Amino acid sequence: MKRTLFRNQLLPWLLLAPQLAITFIFFLWPAAQAVRQSFLRQDAFGINTTFVGLSNFQALWNSPEYLNSLQVTAVFAVLVTVLSMGFALLLAVAVDRMIRSTSVYTTLLVWPYAVAPAVAGILWWFIFNPTIGVMPYFLDAIGYDWNHISSKTDAMTLVVIASAWKQISYNFLFFVAGLQSVPASLREAAAIDGAGPVRRFFDITVPLLSPTTFFLLVVNIVYAMFDTFGVIDATTEGGPAQATNILVYKVYFDGFVGQNMGSSAAQSVILMLIVIALTVVQFRYVEKKVAY
Amino acid sequence: MIENRPGLNLLAHLTLMLGVAIVALPVWVAFVASTHTATDFMSGTIPLWPGPHLIENYSQMLGAGVSTSGTPPVGTMMLNSLIMALLIACGKIAISITSAFAIVYFRFPLRNMAFWCIFITMMLPVEVRIVPTFQVVADLGMLNSYAGLSIPLIASATATFLFRQVFLTIPDELTEAARIDGAGPMKFFRDILLPLSRTNIAALFVILFIYGWNQYLWPLLITTSSDYYTIVAGIKRMADAVDGLPQWHLVMATAMLAMLPPVAVVIGMQRLFVKGLVETEK
Repeated sequence: MKRTLFRNQLLPWLLLAPQLAITFIFFLWPAAQAVRQSFLRQDAFGINTTFVGLSNFQALWNSPEYLNSLQVTAVFAVLVTVLSMGFALLLAVAVDRMIRSTSVYTTLLVWPYAVAPAVAGILWWFIFNPTIGVMPYFLDAIGYDWNHISSKTDAMTLVVIASAWKQISYNFLFFVAGLQSVPASLREAAAIDGAGPVRRFFDITVPLLSPTTFFLLVVNIVYAMFDTFGVIDATTEGGPAQATNILVYKVYFDGFVGQNMGSSAAQSVILMLIVIALTVVQFRYVEKKVAY
Repeated sequence: MIENRPGLNLLAHLTLMLGVAIVALPVWVAFVASTHTATDFMSGTIPLWPGPHLIENYSQMLGAGVSTSGTPPVGTMMLNSLIMALLIACGKIAISITSAFAIVYFRFPLRNMAFWCIFITMMLPVEVRIVPTFQVVADLGMLNSYAGLSIPLIASATATFLFRQVFLTIPDELTEAARIDGAGPMKFFRDILLPLSRTNIAALFVILFIYGWNQYLWPLLITTSSDYYTIVAGIKRMADAVDGLPQWHLVMATAMLAMLPPVAVVIGMQRLFVKGLVETEK
């Protein structure tokens, strides 16, 4: 809190005006529209709209497609988070042992952050292309017939790998920072007491790293749920047979391709509630735990 | 390092090298593919080393593009991406820094409400409210324009919080001194706050430039005229168009060009990048 302030009354509003105008026009108004439309149903020509109460939400709850999308999103988010964070932690622990080569390895590992999700999708799609890709060629040698166009498991594997790959660098940077904040004195004391590297890792590093881990857990779930639209759209487009149709993709598809405004708006509202819940978790718990 | 264990050090190096190789694999494959001709993929064996057609493929994409895909030359799309990324990054910084200044250095009615309005944007990512936002932009006649590409993405709670945090650490004595010397609020803002937040602005710029360059869904929806295609959104249109006729070498050349500017920014300004990343997520 500042003790010294300026007294103008009009100036702060002028300074805030651009931000508030954009917030109202492009954030709050559309969000309110989404909430309004989620209670309405439009006829096929978009002329008549009727108030239908919660029936759009009810329809979602009874729709096997939407329940499938929920399940797909959960599986996808968990797999991306675990794969990306696990791999990043392994690399961060390895880099933590280095003295001179830390910066070289860091440079070689951080750049995928800058690759757009859609481009990451295209790259992995090419690698796994059933006819000319590199991976199916090797998988064929061990007797696995890879085809992400027809196999649900293969399609999910592809989008998980592409999404996790892009997120490794982010997790890596935060794990490295977290590891550096673990006091060396604690590990030295444990070493003197006879604890080996594995024991020290699980009994000292892992607990002291938990604020970083928890923070990254929330960030990665948010990433997997909302920022991977590009990966999905550039590779599987939700297919085959809805196997990779995550919630964000379904909102877009039902709204723009299916033209089902009421249902799409109801899905938007549900997604907003999920984001609000995740933001609250992040602010309440992460802030507290980071301070310890 | 607690104790010297050569075996573990070797293992750590091997892990890291394997990690670097896995992380680099897709880009290596894309690069190799972008240096061959279409017929090299037909033979059934996948080339693993670069071919001789590097300059030919890249200059074709930059200058002419693939006419059958309906996308403009990659050079045009990169320029559009650059304009969009710069508008988003500069716009976000400009409106956030003035908002933070207003919230920290003034007391006025409804100050808390203004703060919450900005905070709430954090909970409304564009993917979530995509259909109504598109309708607003269409109603305002902003489809197929640089304004439509950038302005709806400019509001930023994270940037505002970052600057608020920075301003709160600036000692009150500076403000008092400025006021005694007769400086008004805008002079104080320009001559004291802006110079003191220079590195924060630079770090934020790196993050926001990457954010802007990598936008996908938004440009895909609001650009129907190929004059405004951005490269990240255009690449999908190109991949779709060449599906029948596999011109993978050209798609991969485009992918390489699409990631070159943001990757160069991350590697070239690594220190600022890490600073920006850590600060914006606090």
